Order: sequence, then C-alpha cells, then structure tokens
Amino acid sequence: MSVNNQKNDMLALLKDAGIAGLIAAALALPLAGFKTFDVNGTLTAEPRFHWVLVAAIVTFVGRFTISIGQRTFFSSFSKAAGSSAGSIGAFIKKNQTTLAILLLTAAIIFPFSPMANRHSLDLAVYVLIYVMLGWGLNIVVGLAGLLDLGYVAFYAVGAYSYALLATNFDLSFWICLPMAGIFAASFGVILGFPVLRLRGDYLAIVTLGFGEIIRVVLLNWYSLTGGPDGISSIPKPTFFGMAVFSRNAQDGLPPFHELMNIEYSTLNKFIFYYFLILILALVTNFFTLRIRKLPVGRAWEALREDEIACRSLGINPTNTKLTAFAIGAMFAGFAGSFFATRQGFISPESFTFIESAIILAIVVLGGMGSQVGVVIAAIVLVLGPELIRELQEFRMLAFGGAMVLIMVWRPRGLLAFREPTLKLDGQDKKGDGT
Amino acid sequence: MTLLDVEHLTMRFGGLVAIDDLSFAAAEKEVTAIIGPNGAGKTTVFNCLTGFYKPTVGRVTLNHPTGPMYLERMEGFRIPQKGGVARTFQNIRLFSQMTVLENLIVAQHNVLMKASGMSIGGLLGLPSYRNAEKEAVELAKYWLDKVNLTDRADWDAGNLPYGAQRRLEIARAMCIEPILLCLDEPAAGLNPRESAQLNELLLNIRDKHNIGILLIEHDMSVVMGISDHIVVLDYGRKISDGTPEHVRNDPVVIRAYLGEEEDEELPPEVAQDFPESVQKGKGA
Repeated sequence: MSVNNQKNDMLALLKDAGIAGLIAAALALPLAGFKTFDVNGTLTAEPRFHWVLVAAIVTFVGRFTISIGQRTFFSSFSKAAGSSAGSIGAFIKKNQTTLAILLLTAAIIFPFSPMANRHSLDLAVYVLIYVMLGWGLNIVVGLAGLLDLGYVAFYAVGAYSYALLATNFDLSFWICLPMAGIFAASFGVILGFPVLRLRGDYLAIVTLGFGEIIRVVLLNWYSLTGGPDGISSIPKPTFFGMAVFSRNAQDGLPPFHELMNIEYSTLNKFIFYYFLILILALVTNFFTLRIRKLPVGRAWEALREDEIACRSLGINPTNTKLTAFAIGAMFAGFAGSFFATRQGFISPESFTFIESAIILAIVVLGGMGSQVGVVIAAIVLVLGPELIRELQEFRMLAFGGAMVLIMVWRPRGLLAFREPTLKLDGQDKKGDGT
Repeated sequence: MTLLDVEHLTMRFGGLVAIDDLSFAAAEKEVTAIIGPNGAGKTTVFNCLTGFYKPTVGRVTLNHPTGPMYLERMEGFRIPQKGGVARTFQNIRLFSQMTVLENLIVAQHNVLMKASGMSIGGLLGLPSYRNAEKEAVELAKYWLDKVNLTDRADWDAGNLPYGAQRRLEIARAMCIEPILLCLDEPAAGLNPRESAQLNELLLNIRDKHNIGILLIEHDMSVVMGISDHIVVLDYGRKISDGTPEHVRNDPVVIRAYLGEEEDEELPPEVAQDFPESVQKGKGA
C-alpha cells in the first residue's frame, strides 16, 4: 500500500515538474529561442532551439528537486529556522532594556572608536536619519494605525522650510528647526482634516497621492523652490551663534572649534552632525515613549484597535487622529531640516515615493510600535544594501529575498510585541527603556 | 423620573423602515429592556440613541442633571462624553491587544485628558496628572473587582475567555461613569451560571450607582429576572410596553414570538420561557 502510495506520489511530482518544464519551454521560446541580427539594416532572426531545451530541462530538474526536498529536508529546515527566529525574538523581548542601553552606548562610543572615518560616520548619519523618520512614522502607523504612504512629503516640507528660511531670511538653524517642525505639522493637519475620515486602504492611497503632489509642486514652483535645480548653499548649523568646524567664522564670533581648542578637521564636523542627529532621534524616541503612557497615546492605540468602541467611550476620533498625524509630521519636519543642513543642497529628487516606502518598511519590518525594532530594521534596511555592494547587480535580489524570508519567519515584524503602558499596583516603576 | 424620552423615532434605510414611529421612556434607577424577534430593529434603536445613526424622524431627550439634551442632534462621541450614555456591543468590541486595565483606563480618556493639560502637563510629569492617573487606576480597580477580573488585569483583553470579555465590556462602559448604560445582548453566549452572575451585576449597578439601564436581550431569564419595564418591538414597531408581568401575558407578544397557531406543541426551551401564559392558553 505505502509503496503504491509512494509510486503515485512520485508520478505526481514528475507530472508537476513536467508541467513546469513545458511552461518554461513556452516562455523560453520567444525569450531565448531566437537570436536577432542586423544584416544590412534589416533585422533577421536565427533560431537556436537548444537554449529552449536547456531551459526546459533545467526547470524540470529544478522543480523536481525542490519538490523532493520540500518533502524531506526543507520542511524540517524551515521549521527549525522559524522556531529559532521565534526564540531570538523572545530573547530580545526579555532583554529589551539591556539591548536598548547597549545600542545607545554603542551609538555614543562609535564616533570615537577607530572604526569612525568619514565614510562610516556619513553612513551612520544616514542610518540615524532613517531611525528618526522610522520613529516618527511609528507614531502614525504603529501607534495610531493610520497607514501613511506619503510620509516623505512632511520630510520634504521640513527640508524646504529650513532651506528657504535659512537662505532667504538668514535665520539660524536653531530657529529654523522648530519652525520647520511647525510647518510640517500644519501640513499634517491640513492633509489630515479631509482624509482622516477614510480608513485603511483608502487613507493609504490618499496619503500616497499627497506625497506625490508635494513633490510635483516642489518640482514645478520654479520661482520659490528652484524646481529640479533645487536649493543649494544651505547654511550649516551653528552652535550658540558660533560657526561649527567651518573656516569662515560667523561675524564677530570665533568658530566653535577655536574656542574649544579642538583642532579643525572634517572628521570633527562629521562627528558634530552625528551627535546632532543622534540627539534629534533620541528626542523623538523619548517623546514617543512618554506620550504612549499619556491619555492621548493610549487613545491612539485604542483607535488602532477599534474606532467604533472609541467613539462609544467619548473619544473624539478626528482630533485624536489629527494629533497623531501632526506629531508624526513634526518629527519628519525636524529630520528634514537636519537633512537639508547636512547636505547643503536639496532637490525634489530626494523626496520620491521610494523614501516613503523604505520608511514604512522600516516600521513594519521592525514590528509595528516597537522602538528597538525600528532601530534594528533601519540598520538592516539602510546599511544592508550598502554592505552587500559587492554583489553588484544581484544586490537588490539578495535584499528582496532577505525581506521575504524575514516576513515568512516573523510575519508581524522582527520585534512584534507590545509593552503595556501601565500595570496594576504600580509594577510599572521602571521604564521599559525601548 | 424619566431619564430618557424617545418620541416618534423613525429610521429609514432607503425604502426599508427599520424603526417605525417608536415612542417609549426609560426611567432613572430602572432596567428597561427592549425585546423582540430577530430583525425587529432593537440594535438600530441603540445606534440611534448612541449617535451611530442619525434618526430620520424623531426626538431623543436625555434628562441630564445639567439640563435636557437632544441626543439626535449631538455628534456621536459627544453623547458618551457630555451626555454620559455608555454602551456595549452585540459583537464584543474590546481593544483586544491592550491589557484589561488599559481598556478601563482608555474609557476614562476625557477625564485624564483634561488632567494632563492637553498632554503638556502629562509630558512634564506634573503631580496633578499623576494623581488623576492614580484615581483612574483606583476606579478601574473597583470595577475589576466588581466583574471579578482583578487577577487578570494585566492580560491582553483579547486573550480572555468569552464570558470575561463580556463582563470587561460592561466594566469599561461603567468607567466613563455614565447616567445611562445601554447593553446590547450582554448575556449572548453566556452559560446559565454566568447569566445569573450577570443579573446580579446589573441589579447591583442599578441599585448602588443609581443609573438607568437600557437592555437588549434574548435570554428571557435575564430579561424577566431584572427588568422593571419591557418594550417589545416587532418589525420596527412597538407592540407592547409595560411591566414584565404585563408583557409576559400580552397575547400580541406571544403571537409575535410564537406565531398564530396555538395548538402546536411548543419546543421545551420556549415553553420554559413562557410557562404560565402558554400553559394557561393551552389548558383551556
């Protein structure tokens, strides 16, 4: 009986592989079956059917091997990988505070370590911008559950606000920074009012459209934004009015490095940027951790869980969503103005849809609502493609494959768990530190 | 004293008349039950009262201590916020990924929001906010104790068994400190022992907290056990209104539930619900 069964199984597998081979042959016929020549200006084709045969055989054998493998080796392998991924998650959950402290210490020590050079610091700043954007979007998507596909629009508003204010009105970075945040937040409110009645997919589409509108306006409003030429020579940040690591001193004041007797070097300038974005990102993080435990933060999470129940408890859904949208936008505005001042040049090209997609991927991959998850996901998603540059054209393939594997093994994100905002009898004495 | 006064309430969805010229009143410190066969429009009445639907015609007056309020004119979320009308849902709507305690704290959102000074005082960690939060936890603890969930306060609400979820939803509604509590089938899916506990809880709420309860229920042991006043709906119309005793013996009600023919042998579970009236009818 079982022998018979096995035989039938084999036949089924062979049949399956045969069909796959036939499909491959059909596909390969137009793709690889002919080689085209240019003979005296006319296009001629020469058949080379052996390639079709090769494609069919390779597919047949490949499919058959995979099917056999799935029965025996792969199933146990993927199970093992899945459970080990699960246990890593549990381990991280247990040691979340320690992990957060370790990450923070590493972040502070990093610029003084021998690993720090122009390239690595630049990369670290790049990663930190995404960490900050991820934390900002986490408020909107992770806590309030509003799927925002146009988050980069607020980043762009922040960057352009800083660039325009600083170049036209000579305002310092520290005045422009809050103003850029306020501008971005007001854009969040303006967008939010009409669209926050929408739910789920509809909201995603409208925010996607809004992101594109902002980019197209920036591209075409030539007199204000310079269109595709962008805005260049954006002033660098100062430190209490003193130029920081710059050869041209601010009027009347000595450059900061001379005052502090630090040697002038471009490396120090990069370290300054590094700490600036680190502080901005940490402010975002602490703000989120704190507001989660306030009524408005709990209302965001409740709204994510069930909007109708929220209404029945007297929570104003529109206002609550608007605050989430505005606060998320504000942090994108801060990140945007940092981006503008570090680059010294911005153009609409920096604010395309793919940026929104990457930021959203960071939040989703990290595990919605998890602050440490965002850091890990940002490192994986931003640093990953840089580290595997040697793979050249296969880089994106490897990257995509890695994402698929993560989503297979941890479908709810790397660190998908939620820390309660308060526990009974004040067991909540120590913060969760994430 | 009348707490809620519903006058000529009509709700049409296109050509369908879900509620047709319904008038009834619910008194303070009383349990008013709305019963009726499936599809009679009971939940639609609730949705009109709690602002989820805007009634086509009619007036809903709530006699709030601060003065009468016309609920049909108020925005949905203001009815619980300003009017103090809380409700539960037929299909439980908890914040399932939040803990039991958090569910009860979220219900006190408006009080806490005010105490946190639009979040700014809360962000700064002002003592006034911290005290308000402590009070909120105390209120939550009180209700946890009432519904017997104290030992599971830190569970995710979604992981609770069904009966406990029902009780938690009632506790959550009570945490907004309402003057009128609307319960949509609170006993659905409960076993007889749990139903009995529910009766006790609801009577306790009515007597100790002095609020009105509006109840939709199919479980006659609950309805007959605790109601002071019953309104019977059929096809969107009120067919009977009065004390449990009156409704139980009203031939119109019996016809609506059991159909016209009276000679047919009743299924035992129905006979249990209407023992006297039916047996009287049959005994003749």
